[in-house]
Amino acid sequence: MALIEAKNLTYTYPGATKQSIQDVSITIEKGDFVILTGPSGCGKTTLCRCFNGLIPHFYSGKLEGNLNVANLKVADSKIHELAKHVGFVFQNPENQLFALSVEKDVAFGLENFGMPRDEMRKRVNWALQTADIENLRERAPHELSGGQQQRVAIASVLAMQPEVMVLDEPTSFLDPLGALKIFQVINELNKKLGITVVLVEHRLDLASKYANHVIVMDEGKIVLDGEPRSVFNSEEARLIGVGIPKATRLYQILKDDNGIRLSKAPVNSEEAAQLLREVLMRDRS
Amino acid sequence: MIEVKDMHFKYPSGVEALRGVTLTIPNGDFVAVMGQNGAGKTTLVKHFNGLLKPTKGDVLIDGVNTRDVSIAKLARNVGFVFQNPDHQLFCETVEEEVAFALRNFGFEKDIISKRVTWALNLLALTQYRQTSPFMLSGGERKRVALASVLAWDPKIVILDEPTIGQDHQQKEKLRQFIIQLREQKKTIVIVTHDVEFVAECNPRVVLMTEGKIVADGNADKILTDRDVVAKASIVPPQIAQIFMQLADLGLPTNVIDVYEARKILLDFMEAHNS
Repeated sequence: MALIEAKNLTYTYPGATKQSIQDVSITIEKGDFVILTGPSGCGKTTLCRCFNGLIPHFYSGKLEGNLNVANLKVADSKIHELAKHVGFVFQNPENQLFALSVEKDVAFGLENFGMPRDEMRKRVNWALQTADIENLRERAPHELSGGQQQRVAIASVLAMQPEVMVLDEPTSFLDPLGALKIFQVINELNKKLGITVVLVEHRLDLASKYANHVIVMDEGKIVLDGEPRSVFNSEEARLIGVGIPKATRLYQILKDDNGIRLSKAPVNSEEAAQLLREVLMRDRS
Repeated sequence: MIEVKDMHFKYPSGVEALRGVTLTIPNGDFVAVMGQNGAGKTTLVKHFNGLLKPTKGDVLIDGVNTRDVSIAKLARNVGFVFQNPDHQLFCETVEEEVAFALRNFGFEKDIISKRVTWALNLLALTQYRQTSPFMLSGGERKRVALASVLAWDPKIVILDEPTIGQDHQQKEKLRQFIIQLREQKKTIVIVTHDVEFVAECNPRVVLMTEGKIVADGNADKILTDRDVVAKASIVPPQIAQIFMQLADLGLPTNVIDVYEARKILLDFMEAHNS
C-alpha cells in the first residue's frame, strides 16, 4: 500500500524565483526504508517538509501537483493532523528542542495528543531507553552537545510511534558508533513495528545496508528511484556525485582495465568481503 | 606550531572536559581530532584560538602562551570554523558576512573586496553574494562560515565538523582545498566523525576518549586498529572493514583507501595465479 504518493509535485518558496522541487512523482510503500540523497541544495529537505505539511501550511509559497500521506491529502490537511502520522527529525536539533528538560521535550508530542498519563510515562521511558539517553532525562536540552541533542530529537519523535518517520541527517553530529546504533534502532522500528522510514543522508556507508529503496534528487528533480544496488551502481549516481558506499565504489574500480570482476555490486562491507572471497579463493584452487 | 602541555580544563559546571592533554602540532601539519561524543575534541581545539583558557597546564601558539594574549589577537593567526554555522553567521548578506572579519582586522577596502570575491569563488558561493545566509541550505551555510574565515588568510585553520551537511562533491572539494592550504604551509586541524572523509585524506589522527588522547598516528594505522577504534566509538572505514574480514586470506588489514585496495587485490590475484 502506498503510504506516500506524490504526483507532479512542484513547489516554490515565497519570494523565490526558482522552483525548489520540480515535477516530483514518487511512491513510498508502507514499511519501506527509504534513503533520500542528492547534492546539497537539491531539494531533499524541501520535499520532506511537504510530507508533514510544513509545506504549504507553514512556509506558504506555491505548491502544485498532488501529495497524499497516510490517506490524507496534504494540501487540505492540518499540520497537527499530519503530525499524528508523520514524525519529523530536523537537520538541526536546536530547531526542534525547547522544553526545560529532556523528559518534557520527549513527552510534549504525547501531551498534545492527550495520551493518558501512565501510558505517556511508559512511552517516554521506552523512547529514552531506545535512544540511549535515560541518563539525560533531567538535563536541559540546550545545554547538551550536538550529538546528545540529536538523540533527544529522535527520542521525541520515537515516543509518538508515527507511521512514517522522516529523518533529515539525524546522526550528523554523532560519533560513528553512536550513528550506527541510531541506524540500528531505526531499522528495528522499521522491521518490527513496520514504521516507514524516510532517511535523508549523505553518509551512505553506514546507512545503506538497512534501506530497500533509494531516491536520488538533483536540482529539484527525482533522477534515480529504485533498489539500492541498482541505484548505487548506476552511472548517473556517480556523475551527480552521490557518495556511494565505498564497497560499491571498490567493485566499480576493480573491474576497470580487465581487473577483478565480482558477480554483483556490493552495497556494504559484508557483501564485498563475501564476493571478494569467492573470487580470491576460486583463483587459488 | 601548537603546543599543548599537560592541559586540563574544567567547565564552570564542574565537568572536567580535558584531563591532561599533551600534544604538539608542527607548522604545516594536517591533524584530524576524532573520538566519541563528549570526549573533549571541541573543547581542545577551542583552546587553540584562546576561546577557552586551560584550568591547568599551557597552550602555546608559535611560542606565545594563550593566557597572555587576547582572542582578537590570536584570531588573526588562528581561524576557527564552528560546528554549527548558525553560531557564527549573523549578517544580512553572504557578502557582508565574509567581509565582516576583514573589516574588523582593518584591511583596506579594495583588499576586502578582492578577498571576498576570492573566498566566495573558492567555495562556489558567488551566486549567493546578495542572499541572506539564513535563506541557504545547511550545507551552504557551512560553506559561508568557512569562506568568512578563509578570507582573512589565517596561518592555522581549525574546522569543527567541516563535512556535516556536505555532499560527496563538496567533500571532495574540501579535500582538494585542504591539500591546497597545505601547499601554502598552513596548519589544518579538523574535528570530525566522518571516518570515510578521514580515510580519503589520510591525515595524522589524534584520537580522544574521556578528556584524554588515547592514540596518535597516521590514519591508516589508527583507523584500522580494532581495539583503539572501538574504545573511541568509531567504526572503521568501509574499505578497512572489508580487509579485516579477509585477514585470514593473508591480505593486509591496514588499508583504508579504495584505490590502494584495488592495487593490493590485483597484486594478490597475480601472485596467487602464477
